[in-house]
Amino acid sequence: MAKAEEELGQGSSGATPPQVAAPVDLTAAALDAVPPEILAETLGQYLRAWFARVSSGATGALPVVLGLVVIAIAFEIWTQGLFLSPGNLVNLFIESMVFMTLGMAEIFVLLLGEIDLSAGYVLAVGAAIAGLLVQKPGPDWPWWLAIVVALVCCGVTGAVWGTLVSRLHLPSFVVTLAGLLIMWGVMLVILGNAGAISISSPILVNQHVLYEFVWGNIPPLAGWIALALVAGIFSVALWTRDSGRRRRGLVAPPPGLTAIKIGFFVAAGIAVVAICNVNRGAVTQVVEGVPWVVPIVFVVLLIWVFLLQRTKFGRYVYAIGGNPDAARRAGISLPGVRTWAFVLAGVTAGISGILYLSWQGGTSTNVNGGQYVLYGVAAAVIGGTSLFGGRGKVAQAVLGGLVIGAIYNGLYLQAVQVQWQLIATGLVLVGAVLIDTLSRRGSLSGSSARI
Amino acid sequence: MTVVDVAHPDVPAVGGQPSLLRLRGIDKHFGAVQALYQVDLDLPANEVTALCGDNGAGKSVLTRCIAGIHQPDSGEMIWDGRHVNIRGPRDAAALGIEVVYQDLALADNLDIVQNMFLGRERMHRIFLDEDSMERAAAQTLAGLGVTTVRSIRQPVASLSGGQRQAVAVAKAVMWNSKLVVLDEPTAALGVVQTRMVLDLVRRLKDHGLAVMVITHNLNDVFEVADRIAVLHLGRKVAEGPASDFDRQSVVDFMTTGSSAR
Repeated sequence: MAKAEEELGQGSSGATPPQVAAPVDLTAAALDAVPPEILAETLGQYLRAWFARVSSGATGALPVVLGLVVIAIAFEIWTQGLFLSPGNLVNLFIESMVFMTLGMAEIFVLLLGEIDLSAGYVLAVGAAIAGLLVQKPGPDWPWWLAIVVALVCCGVTGAVWGTLVSRLHLPSFVVTLAGLLIMWGVMLVILGNAGAISISSPILVNQHVLYEFVWGNIPPLAGWIALALVAGIFSVALWTRDSGRRRRGLVAPPPGLTAIKIGFFVAAGIAVVAICNVNRGAVTQVVEGVPWVVPIVFVVLLIWVFLLQRTKFGRYVYAIGGNPDAARRAGISLPGVRTWAFVLAGVTAGISGILYLSWQGGTSTNVNGGQYVLYGVAAAVIGGTSLFGGRGKVAQAVLGGLVIGAIYNGLYLQAVQVQWQLIATGLVLVGAVLIDTLSRRGSLSGSSARI
Repeated sequence: MTVVDVAHPDVPAVGGQPSLLRLRGIDKHFGAVQALYQVDLDLPANEVTALCGDNGAGKSVLTRCIAGIHQPDSGEMIWDGRHVNIRGPRDAAALGIEVVYQDLALADNLDIVQNMFLGRERMHRIFLDEDSMERAAAQTLAGLGVTTVRSIRQPVASLSGGQRQAVAVAKAVMWNSKLVVLDEPTAALGVVQTRMVLDLVRRLKDHGLAVMVITHNLNDVFEVADRIAVLHLGRKVAEGPASDFDRQSVVDFMTTGSSAR
């Protein structure tokens, strides 16, 4: 027991500083793999640990943020100031929303080490169903019912893929590839001979509400009030949680880091609202305010973050992605969790379908679902989600979606033709996967060195 | 699981300690292969029993019978003085039997707390009760003297082999378990890590648990075991206090099934 006494460290009271013990465990690799925020007691310690980790290859969100900055500067110079103008930035937000939500859809299945290739055409089918249901003459259903029905249909398709993958053990790549073709066909069936649906009528209420999701704006003053409320709740919630955990001796980031997180959130919120509140209309018409789609995507993000980080289901998704055998022996129902992940991917793809419908003011047989799904996967991977399962966060799809939206938008501004857009996006994706693989290799060689 | 209360005056207590688990006449065959033949084994509380045997001696099959993965063809299992039929891993867990397999069954991407509570999370309405789980995990680790981990919120991927073993053991003992079976706990560990794990095994015993260690490693056996049992080709060929054995006699039992010493 003498050993136990000399090793007095963390234990039950995390308030005491972590003591250095058992020298064999303090290899550089072991040090670097620990997230700095759970060890640091002060901001200075945190920053030093963070720099050590980044320089050893565990980069986190850094590459994608740096990538965004580089892309923004390059396009700003190339377009001579047009790219970062408020009007264009709002366009960029709007264009990115579909990529972001598709990226979120993919993250559910990527976390399991699976893939969903059907999401692009599930988006198209969701858009077509919702669009069709608000047609007049036609069903003329209430807009919310149209959305619910569309999302349920998309969820059911996910349940089918999920059941085939988890109960019959078919590879998800093939199942959802078949799903891509099937949903493509279903979309063509729904759109029928006309091949297109419009929801841009300003007098039909149900169409107009859908249209306003993307094109309607929150009045500037209301936008500021809403931001103040959201930022206030977020700041208080985060601060009380972290300081409460510190007080009870649990693992918590240093106060300075909590303050920085709050600062970043508030600053980002202020930047978005300020940019959106600038009048971006033509001379005769005032267009200002935060598009409704921004809070909509924020709420979707928030719900999915809570689901994946704070509930049993989310914990099991990560566990299965990390070690399916361990999950099985812990009594987790693998087929159940896997199937539900596919259902949620389908529902989220349906949400991006609703946003697509609103953005385009309708939908047609021209939706390129094959390209969209790849952008969705790219958004998740560029954001830092691993293709091998177990590693990734929903919020990363937001950053990844912004990167893709920025490339799409910037090249469009310069009237670069579509072939170059595809090539540029492809190169960014390769770069993102390269970073994922290299950092993985780094951490793997670290763990083999320890054993 | 069926539990029948019986008095067992015919089974003597081992070394003054009443046996927590007694196996009597366990037979198990797979097709034509007789994997276990009339095996008797006692696992008393407060003691470490080492189960030795060469490859194919039946150590794994016996472990799986105790864990409820296999059901013996015949024989009796007496848990705490009562006949039991362990029909699955859940039955074993309900009795208080936990097995730490060689691959440890940890999810590398989850942190220590998340791994220790995997599948048995504490909830606060629909959300995970992280505070309570973290406190309980910290207490269990501190109780076992596992204090070398830098933070219980670090991912298991960042732990050393010995620390991973310690987390797997802590996960097993957290659920009021009474018998912990460790399958080759020191395989693939270095000298210092092995020492740490053996210390941990001793501490389990001090906490009043019955411990069974399955191992090839004779150094470990004599370092940590109070009792030794040897299997040879499906039969138990020796069982007794560790002081009755020496290195050569254990090797003889393992390789030939008998010893002249």
